Amino acid sequence: MSTSVVLSNRIIQLFENKKENILNIYFTAGFPHLEDTVPIIKSLAAAGVDLIEIGMPYSDPVADGPIIQESNMVALDNGMTVKKLLDQLKDIRKEVSVPILLMGYINPVLQYGIEAFVRDSSAIGIDGVILPDLPMEEYERHYKKLFEENNLSFIGLITPNTSEKRLATIDRLSTGFIYMVSTNSTTGNESKSTQAVDQYFQRIQASGLVNPRLIGFNIKDHTTFAHACSFAQGAIIGSAFIKMIRQSDNIHRDIPSFVKNIRG
Amino acid sequence: MSYQVDSNGYYGTFGGAYVPEMLFPNVEELRQQYMDIIFEETFQEEFHQLLRDYVGRPTPLFFAQRLSDKYNTSIYLKREDLCHTGAHKINNTIGQIILAKRLNKKRIIAETGAGQHGVATATACALMGLECIVYMGEVDMARQKLNVERMRMMGAEVRPAKTGSRTLKDATNEALRDWINNPVDTHYIIGSVVGPHPYPDLVAKLQSVISEEIQMQLMEKVGSPDPDYVIACVGGGSNAAGAFYHYLDNPNVQLIAVEAAGKGVHSGYSAATTYLGKPGVLHGSKTLLMQTDDGQVVEPHSISAGLDYPGIGPMHAHLFDSGRGKFYSVTDEEAFKAAFMISRTEGIIPALETAHAFAVLDNIRFEPTDIVVINVSGRGDKDLQTYIQFKDEYIKD
Ligand SMILES: Cc1ncc(COP(=O)(O)O)c(C=O)c1O
Repeated sequence: MSTSVVLSNRIIQLFENKKENILNIYFTAGFPHLEDTVPIIKSLAAAGVDLIEIGMPYSDPVADGPIIQESNMVALDNGMTVKKLLDQLKDIRKEVSVPILLMGYINPVLQYGIEAFVRDSSAIGIDGVILPDLPMEEYERHYKKLFEENNLSFIGLITPNTSEKRLATIDRLSTGFIYMVSTNSTTGNESKSTQAVDQYFQRIQASGLVNPRLIGFNIKDHTTFAHACSFAQGAIIGSAFIKMIRQSDNIHRDIPSFVKNIRG
Repeated sequence: MSYQVDSNGYYGTFGGAYVPEMLFPNVEELRQQYMDIIFEETFQEEFHQLLRDYVGRPTPLFFAQRLSDKYNTSIYLKREDLCHTGAHKINNTIGQIILAKRLNKKRIIAETGAGQHGVATATACALMGLECIVYMGEVDMARQKLNVERMRMMGAEVRPAKTGSRTLKDATNEALRDWINNPVDTHYIIGSVVGPHPYPDLVAKLQSVISEEIQMQLMEKVGSPDPDYVIACVGGGSNAAGAFYHYLDNPNVQLIAVEAAGKGVHSGYSAATTYLGKPGVLHGSKTLLMQTDDGQVVEPHSISAGLDYPGIGPMHAHLFDSGRGKFYSVTDEEAFKAAFMISRTEGIIPALETAHAFAVLDNIRFEPTDIVVINVSGRGDKDLQTYIQFKDEYIKD
């Protein structure tokens, strides 16, 4: 049934080698300062995170709560663009080997040109992409082949309201892992009823997906990380990390200690 | 060429449903059900009864004698300003509130710019006894204060959008975020022919009553349902979509859409999307969008809150692209002057949005035999504060 090519990139290798407690940290490129992108990556890699997700800022991030909205605005004010980011990352593989994902809303990528974006990202050693507002159908029709040819993972999202049928589609089209949004909310919210959330986690855990899963949204500390990890291969932290670096006067001290606290 | 939406939700290359997965189930539920619901007989009965007895439809088609003399042609005004609450927006909210009830939704959210859509939504919610939350940019709350108070008086909660330019685009972002956080019990009543499929088509169909009536009224008055021109202002494009709808496939009817040039298309303070925009994705659809080379949405400007939006609906992007529609833009000052002109010529104080449609009369050479219909999308009561504030600057008499 599946025509998908098996990719070989750092994300695929990560999930082959590690089955639990995978920590993915999200941050917004160009925040708090334009040139912080590479130092943050190096610091996260040295602190032993498993995966790094770099947000490409956008003027209208509708799926995000106030914290990531603000980091997007600051990054844009600092002059961050897709082009600038790819430029900052052009030698990244000389320095770090941790898998890297780019995450962003579709419009800036469309303006850069999706083909060029996929080729350029792949050429500098990016391993995967999350484009939350690119419909799966569009991806399949127009871009799947392009991603596969460039060995770039395409990461689909699911939520508690994703239907069985759609779950199967997203699993079929995702290459690397599935991003499990923990609750129906924008990023950085307080999580709601934990019982319902756990039922959803269990349901997905038992559903026999081909792809491994990382749970994201509202994961903020060791407790929430460990809890998520009991239902999936790992979890993603975004807003809590942004909040920390926003307050930090020394990221090289505070990033390792943040990661250590999450790991517990 | 078709000007209707296709089965994938596109008008030509524009449209689609570019929403994050969190919104997919909401949008999909609507997509699967909207056609069945709105064409169902009891829906149509309830909708048309409310349009008649509550909204006050059909709205008159008025032959504007003095205006016609001034431009040496025949000008008819479609009086959407006489709808209950003072604008065309209520055609859509009445339809969507019935739809929401049939989808068993308990809570209604909306965005608003000028406040007319917010008022129309608050009105429909009061009528049906549903909870109503309206997002409105802080800047718009200040310049359309009366509408804020009208919404509150009818029991709606008005929540300020404090990000970005703090206008319509940002209010729409907040409404979409609310919907992500409340996906099950909430219906989002979008106020224009924008947003992910099926919204542009849903809103266009609900507003199409405007051109349906124009056809019948013109038939009665001049013996033909078809004018030579239909003119409407375009923010997102709902009043224009309604006024154009039944003429889309009739090439003898020229469709004139008027955008807000703000302080001028090259001034950096404009909302003339077809002039300044490029294809892009905002609020769930691919359309023409004012944006930087890096794909960041540009903050628009118009003196009129309802036209102060960096995009247009995908149907209009297609009308522009295909040449079926002709797009003009009108500055703040030209619109302002037209508002005073029409007030004095016909005794009708138009909304600032609508004033843009009147201003374009100066840019088109009509034949004396032409039949011209202008869609008077709303009345100017809400804009009196602005009319008073800028009178000395723009009107020198
Ligand atoms: C009176 C009036 N006309 C026009 C508009 C613009 O919206 P649309 O282009 O959807 O008709 C508005 C929006 O608030 C309005 O209040």
